[in-house]
Amino acid sequence: MEPTGALPALPPHPTSPLSVVCFTATSAIGRGIAQTEIALRAQHSGLRRNDFGAAPVPSFIGRVAGIEAAPLPQPLARWECRNSRLAWLALLQDDFVDKVAAACARHGAHRVALALGTSTSSIGATEEAYRDLSSDGGFPEHLRRPEVHTPHSTTAFVQQALGLFGPCITVATACSSSAKVFAQAERLLRTDTADAVVVGGVDSLCDSVVYGFNALELLSPDPCRPFDCSRRGINIGEAAGFALLERGEDSELLLLGYGESSDAYHMSSPHPEGLGARVAVRDALARGATPAAAIDYINLHGTASQKNDEVEAKLVAGMFPARTHASSTKGWTGHTLGAAGILEAAITLVALHTGFMPGTLNCEQLDSACGPQIRLRESTSHVQRALSMSFGFGGSNCVLLFGRGGCA
Amino acid sequence: MSASERRVWIEGIGLWAAHLPGWDIARAILRDEAGTPPAPAPRPVPALLPPNERRRAPDTVAVSQEVAHAACKAAGRDPRSLASVFASVHGDLAITHYMCETLASDPSLLSPTKFHNSVHNAAAGYWTIATGCMQPYTAVSAWHHTFAAGLLEALLQSTCNHDPVLYVAYDVEARGALATMAPSSGMLGAAVVLAPERTCSASWQVDWDSVSVAQAGGDGPHLRPGDNAMAACLPLLTALAREAPAQLALPLGTGLELHLRLLPLPQEPG
Repeated sequence: MEPTGALPALPPHPTSPLSVVCFTATSAIGRGIAQTEIALRAQHSGLRRNDFGAAPVPSFIGRVAGIEAAPLPQPLARWECRNSRLAWLALLQDDFVDKVAAACARHGAHRVALALGTSTSSIGATEEAYRDLSSDGGFPEHLRRPEVHTPHSTTAFVQQALGLFGPCITVATACSSSAKVFAQAERLLRTDTADAVVVGGVDSLCDSVVYGFNALELLSPDPCRPFDCSRRGINIGEAAGFALLERGEDSELLLLGYGESSDAYHMSSPHPEGLGARVAVRDALARGATPAAAIDYINLHGTASQKNDEVEAKLVAGMFPARTHASSTKGWTGHTLGAAGILEAAITLVALHTGFMPGTLNCEQLDSACGPQIRLRESTSHVQRALSMSFGFGGSNCVLLFGRGGCA
Repeated sequence: MSASERRVWIEGIGLWAAHLPGWDIARAILRDEAGTPPAPAPRPVPALLPPNERRRAPDTVAVSQEVAHAACKAAGRDPRSLASVFASVHGDLAITHYMCETLASDPSLLSPTKFHNSVHNAAAGYWTIATGCMQPYTAVSAWHHTFAAGLLEALLQSTCNHDPVLYVAYDVEARGALATMAPSSGMLGAAVVLAPERTCSASWQVDWDSVSVAQAGGDGPHLRPGDNAMAACLPLLTALAREAPAQLALPLGTGLELHLRLLPLPQEPG
């Protein structure tokens, strides 16, 4: 198909920074930020041979250990399913629940909004019901819970678990979902529709995505190798993460900007010149009044699919100076789909806080499309401005710009 | 943000259901509740798609494109110039049923096309591909509160970005065993183009606010048998059909409502 897209002509005006009050993430490399940082520094991958489901397809996955042994507390039992459990595990890290409770005390629970991204939500529970339909063709008794068979399931669970009463919404734009929630939070705060917003994303392993990506022939039989010239595809991972955003610039870590765009090209392939992705980068930088030359670190989408990495490598080579350190962390976590935005935003915030910028695990020989920005090895220096990029099926792009406070 | 900044203008409206096929017919039926619905209309043809894709396009794509296109046309806006918000309670229930049934019997038979059409943003993705629109879209859900939550996001976007926004809300018929947990009948789609400034296309002024209310709103709209899951769009569309000033309180959650004050604008003759 010929690209027919009309480029949005003008970049947006700068927006006020927002405070990232706190954040957390849980994935195959650990529960919470401390474990995540240790695994990144130790180059310890969370990928393992696919052992999910009855007849696992030959691939590697980023599976969070211990979900099966971590049921929800009884008052929340109506939300039981793998996605809710993963969300709950993540909420329990980094004092996140307490910090949200403090925000509710400051502002009132009806002034704290919730926007979560997911691609498949708790569809694993629906799959399970279909494997075990009762003799009359209905859902088995223990899965007759409508609240877990709809895309909003996980967000509604988190809203109840945190006791929030503000606006509450699920964003489901495939792999950009939990990046786009930051943009939504900015709008909720700017219009004074909320005083604080919990953003995040949750996606757990399920047959739909493992067999679906297998049907698209996008799964790598080996641990994924982002930006490697002989990469063979993606590994599916699962993750959950959350951040609490408020107006003001009091925090050490700030959301400076975001850019959203559409490829208008293809349902499951990126635009060959990355046209939509470039607009998203341009708009994130414009909202943050930041030139590309000021970007110290980029957490790339870097799925290790042939097309994504080729397009993204060219984009980075063409838009950023050689000194920008860019890398993909999918070799640690796998592609966590609707949770990739928040997981990688969390890793970007760790880089801003500590100065530690991960390399690209499992990549040995860089694709020739890569410029000097894409790094195999980690490095440490002062990180003042950083981007996190997320691109999804349906041509949905979102780029987030974070920065350190005190130097704006 | 002051109340006067929480103001948008409606420029175009689209509505489609088998018994409400298009805004002109629907407006007459919604205005006069005693009116007899016409015989059910056949599924709309997604005319923006290439001819060989029209018949096999999912219902979600057919109904959402029908109302999105109608709203843009009524607004006199080029679809390529509009950011969009697509809202659906359950997404593509037919594909979800297909996926779960296939995965339960023989996962190796899963269709790659059905898989990439199973994402919640498939309708939005096809819309931007068909129209060549590179403006951002989002695809959202909020269970019983989906219509109001999606409308709030569209209002936020138009207000924050000072750009017109296309809002599209739709759901389709539930299939198989899933229908017992996620009930929805027929196809229903509604769309409006919201603009941050009054232009000659504007037909309504809308003042909006999200308001916490002392009385708990409960679980939100409950569906009656035979309802589409997006039936919560109908109070707004009915108010628009009546062409009289109106105030609406759409439930956004427990103790939270989206308040809309609707003021019809005089139309230029012809």
